[in-house]
Amino acid sequence: MLSEYAFWFLSFVAVFSAAGMIFSKNPVYSVLSLIITFFAVAGHYFLLGAQFLAAVHIIVYAGAIMVLFLYVIMMLNLNKLEEEKRSIWSKSLSVAAGGILMLVLLAAVQRTDELNGIAAGEFNPVMGQTQNLGNVLYREFLLPFELASVLFLGAMVGAVYLSKKELA
Amino acid sequence: MELYHNITINHYLVLAAVLFGMGALGILFRRNAIIMFMCIELMLNAVNISLVAFSKMWNHTDAQVFVFFIMVVAAAEVAVGLAILMMLYRNMHTTDTSVLNNMKF
Repeated sequence: MLSEYAFWFLSFVAVFSAAGMIFSKNPVYSVLSLIITFFAVAGHYFLLGAQFLAAVHIIVYAGAIMVLFLYVIMMLNLNKLEEEKRSIWSKSLSVAAGGILMLVLLAAVQRTDELNGIAAGEFNPVMGQTQNLGNVLYREFLLPFELASVLFLGAMVGAVYLSKKELA
Repeated sequence: MELYHNITINHYLVLAAVLFGMGALGILFRRNAIIMFMCIELMLNAVNISLVAFSKMWNHTDAQVFVFFIMVVAAAEVAVGLAILMMLYRNMHTTDTSVLNNMKF
């Protein structure tokens, strides 16, 4: 019962702060709302028994990625209200298009009849443990893991090169 | 533990669909490139939620490893993308994509 309430609470927090991220005029408020969304998502990971992923999610997203976003907003001095010069027509069309995509996705989920009855199941504290994930990651997924490190190296070199002053 | 049986996998899929749709809506709605970037992050997270729910459903860790790799790719993407945005701002003095339309057909 408790985790059922937790599910609904976290879901509402995630959805409403995502809406706040989209519709707030100030980019700094957008970043803060998205951080709240990420914390709610981390809570969902906990409820699903993925403790390691929840911790990594908070560290990587709230701790690294959103700080990077805040840094860029600060350096570009974008923390002022922006007025977007678009017609109400194009704005309402974009909202309609996004809403229709959401409806299509929800309809597709509704059609998955065989999933309907499956409960999310008991809390399994073993599955998401670091030891368990590490065993899978370093045995079956060793090659993708190394490839990911190469990807990171490439991204790092690219980011440093792109932000050099001489390119401007 | 008997306290978790009313929430089905479908609940999580609906949540993921709503979050994904809101990310897509944000990309269409906003013209600030940084906000559009954050909407992409939101969509990636929606997919991650559904993957973790499937991992729970099959009682198997493979999907969680996929989520791990999605996080890696998202981090790399943000690093490069924000560097591109910095350079765009330095050269064009805006991050508004309705101004940055030189490549528009």
